[in-house]
Parts: sequence; structure tokens; C-alpha cells
Amino acid sequence: MLGEGILKGMAETAKNFVGSFFSAQRLTTVQYPEQRIAAYEAARVFPFLVYDTENRDGGWPEWEAGLRCVACQICEKECPPKCIFIEKSKDKKLDANGKAQFYPARFDIDISVCMSCQICVEVCPFEAIKMDTQFELSTEDRFGGLLLDCKQLAKPNEYYHQIHPSDAAEVDGRLAEGRAKADAKVTAGALAAAQKKAAEPPTGAGN
Amino acid sequence: MQENLDQIFVLLQHRLMGTLPMALQPLAGVVLGVVAIVCIFPALFALTTVFERKGLARIQNRIGPNRVGPFGLMQPIADGIKSLTKEDIVPLSADAAVHFLAPVVLVVTVFMGFAVLPMGRNMVLVDMDAGLLFYFAMGASTELAVFMAGWSSRNKYSLMGAMRAVAQMISYEVVLLLSSVTVVMIAGSLSLTKIVEAQNHYSWGLPHWFIFTPWGCAGFVMYAIAATAETNRSPFDLPEGESELVAGYHTEYSGFKFALFFLGEYLAMFSISGLGTTLFLGGWSAPLASLSWVPSWIWFFSKLMMSIFVFIWMRGTLPRLRQDQLMNFAWKFILPMCLLNLMVAGLWRFLGDGWLRWVLCSAILVAAYMGMGLNELRRKHIGPRRYRYAE
Repeated sequence: MLGEGILKGMAETAKNFVGSFFSAQRLTTVQYPEQRIAAYEAARVFPFLVYDTENRDGGWPEWEAGLRCVACQICEKECPPKCIFIEKSKDKKLDANGKAQFYPARFDIDISVCMSCQICVEVCPFEAIKMDTQFELSTEDRFGGLLLDCKQLAKPNEYYHQIHPSDAAEVDGRLAEGRAKADAKVTAGALAAAQKKAAEPPTGAGN
Repeated sequence: MQENLDQIFVLLQHRLMGTLPMALQPLAGVVLGVVAIVCIFPALFALTTVFERKGLARIQNRIGPNRVGPFGLMQPIADGIKSLTKEDIVPLSADAAVHFLAPVVLVVTVFMGFAVLPMGRNMVLVDMDAGLLFYFAMGASTELAVFMAGWSSRNKYSLMGAMRAVAQMISYEVVLLLSSVTVVMIAGSLSLTKIVEAQNHYSWGLPHWFIFTPWGCAGFVMYAIAATAETNRSPFDLPEGESELVAGYHTEYSGFKFALFFLGEYLAMFSISGLGTTLFLGGWSAPLASLSWVPSWIWFFSKLMMSIFVFIWMRGTLPRLRQDQLMNFAWKFILPMCLLNLMVAGLWRFLGDGWLRWVLCSAILVAAYMGMGLNELRRKHIGPRRYRYAE
């Protein structure tokens, strides 16, 4: 019959109208600043730099001492929109494995340019740069306020565990493995040196 | 007490008039009435905008505006401040005088329509003998304002919107008039107060509203459709279809002039709902004889708000028509039905009391509706569309 569809449609909208007052399933709106949904584990916004709170080199502030970044500048080269700027240090500091490494004297990310592609994270051989889930980054200064420096970017490993637990556990495992290997090498080297020293006939004894 | 409450506004007006010298009293009475109308309906407009947004949101399972004030009720104030502080831009090539006059003419003519609406017992600004005629004369002049706006803006979207609006409003004006004429035929008067009086009596506690007669029911449905088209409301909002014409005839308007157009649209909606209420829904009379103690103006305004709610409900449900569908609907479907309804109303008048006129009139209208509907649907191919160029 003519007009039947209109009545059906009106019934449908009436159902929505009344239903939205009674059924929480219908009204799915989350009123953002007051109500929040927990971020998904795979969420990513902008990169940050991970630092370890243990194994720190003395004489440095905490965040700088544990920084995993060695200023290899791979991420700077790979970054498609070129939003990373790194300046390598002149001197070296001890890393988590006890090896002397360069460190970034300057590490800036312009988040107004960053496109959240995560390529920097994929290419980093030192697990030093990871993606953050923090998205409320609006500022009144659109140039300086959006150019994050090394100190603003550095965040502890615990924070990484908090936002991406399973990824962080995997990374920690990998790092621990590397450290064990490095330690083994060190001990093996020391052992070999000692054996070599022992096997060598004392040269100056006869003199 | 009840009597006083019913007549509270009339008594208030007389009290205020009494403070003035005799010579000034008639003038003061008119000014008071005008001031009341000019205050109440824009206030109602402000409330309706926020309720419309909330209602539409609920229809779409959203919450709607709830940030400004409690439950978002201060939203219209924020909107008003925004439109007052916005820059008023007049295009360089526009006809500045006409561009300025268009919104003013629109709002003034729409306000004029309220003058003859009886909003309660003894509550009518000008009790004209030809009230209905005056109302339609004023309603028709809004088309002029719309075309002034479209033409003076010198913009293709404005002009196209205005042309659509004028074509649509003239087509549906015919339907609006013809569906109202049935009421005049039965009530025997063009005066809106007399039309309300004709409906304001009860048998077995039920009212004699015209909507409860076969011709009145059909007339009311056609009146409602024509009223929707006349006020450019969805699904007949082609003149201002945002998706194809930017905003139609008010594309080149900004700031407070735009707000005036917005106000004019809503006021037209109120006044046309008020007229529909008066013609078919018994105006200010109570829906049950036992409820007659409630003040009459409460009934008028609650019926008005119910009609507004139906407007909003339809807006939330129906998609916009195409121009040819709109025209075909007016001239090929509603107009013949309207003419038939005129005959039926005549038949009703001359068959006298008894069950025969109920059966006969209902049968004619239902048969015509079904017949025309079947004819329409048979010719129409309903189903998925195929486009040759897309295969």
C-alpha cells in the first residue's frame, strides 16, 4: 500500500528515539573528556625514546644515563617525512651492556611533521625508539610546542611496559639475551686471556 | 479561579491597558498583543532548536547537545551570541538593498500570520472575518522574500535554491488552500475563531474536531504534507538542500541575517502548525470534555508542540525528494485527492446526520487512495536499480 514504507520508517525512528533513553546498548556515545576508553595495546601516536632505569652510568641524569639510543641516525635517514633531527655526541658513555657508545647530544622530533608510520621503530637495532599512546598534545605554540627534544621524548622502560605490555616483555627478553651473550663474550675473553697468560712461559723469570 | 487562569493573559492585558488614558487604550492593547507574540514565539523558537537537535540525536542514537548549561538548554543563547558577533558579509556584486530587505520581509510576513490565530479563548490579536484569507495572503508573501534573497545574492546556488523554493511553495500553496477550503465549507466561515467554535462541542465526552471526520482526516493529512513543503522542511527541503545547493537561497547570508532566515523558517513552522491546529485539531479546545478545566492556551500550545515534534520526527526519518518527484507528488497525487476531498466534504454537508455519510465518505476516500496508490506503485519499478553505463 502507498505510504506503508513511510509508516515503517517512522516506527523505526520512534523505536530508536524511545530506546535510546532506556537501553545503554543503543546509546554508545562516550563523552570524551569525562569518560575515556582505554587505549588498545597496538595503538600508536608519536615515537618516544626508551631509557632503562638500572645500569646507569654515573654522573648523568637518570633519563640520559639509561637512554638506549646510540645516535646511529638510522631512524633519521629512514624517516619518510624527515621529522627527526639527531646530533651525535663527541664523547662516549657506557651503555646497558657496559660498552662505551656515542649518545645523542640532540634528538628532536617535530610531531607536527611526524605521520606516525612507525618506520623509525622498525629500523632501530637498539630497541631505543617506540610508539607512544599519548594523543592529547595540543599546545598554544604551534612551532616550539610541537618540537619535542630529547628530554621530553625520554620515557622509562616501565612506561613502555605499561602501554604495550606484551611488546615490552618481548623486547626485554631480546635485550636480556643480547646482554647474556655480551657478558659471555666478556667472560670468555677474560678466560682466554687468562689461559693464554698461564700457557705462556714466564719470559722475564730466567733473567 | 479556573476562569481567571484561562483568561490570565487577557486580564493582564486589560489591567495594563487600564493604567493608560482612554484614548490610548486601543493602541496600547494592540501593542501589548504584538509584544507578547514577538516575545513568545522567538522564545519558543530558541527552545525548539535545541529540542530538535536533541530529538534528532536520539533518533540517531546519539545524546545531542548537552554542554552549554543544564542539559544543553543554554545552547540557543550561545548560538545567538555567535550569530550576533559574526561578520555580516554582503557580496560585492549583490543588490545590497534587496539583500538586506529579504530576511526582514520574511520575518515580518511570517509574524503577520500570527495576528489572526486564536491561541486561547478570547486570545486573538485581530479577530478578522476573513482571517483565513489574511493568513494565506501573508503566507504567500514569504515566497517573495525567498525569491528576493535568491535573486539579490547574485549566486547560482542562491538563485537555484530560490527558484526551487518558489516552484515548490506555489505548487503546495494550492494543496494547502484546497485542503483548508473543506473546513470553510463545513464551518461556513473564514473567521478562525468561528472555525474553532464550530469544533468546540462534545458528544459522549468526545470532541467534534474536524480531524475525526473522513474528509477532515484526509484533509489534515494533505494539509500536513503541504505544510511541510510550504515551510521547506525535510523531506521537502530541496530549496536549501545542503548536499547539492550549499544552503539554497540563504547561501550568501551570514551573521544575524542568516539567523533571521532561520528564525523565519521556524516561525513559519509554528504558524502553519497553529493554523493546522485551528482548522483540524479543534484549536484551543480540550481533547476530552472532562478536561475543559485546563486553560485553553495550554491546549493550543501543547497541540502546537506536538505538531512540531511530528515535523522533527519526519525530518529524522525521511530522505529528501527529487525535484520531479516533488512536483509529480503535488500535481498528480495530492491535488486530485484534494479536489475529490472537496466533493466529499460537499457530500458530507448535504447527506445530513446519520451513519450513511460516514460510510459513503470514508469509502470514497479510501477507494480513491488505494486506487491511486496501486496505480502509482504498478507503474513504478521497485527494486535494485541498474545503470547501463555501469555494467
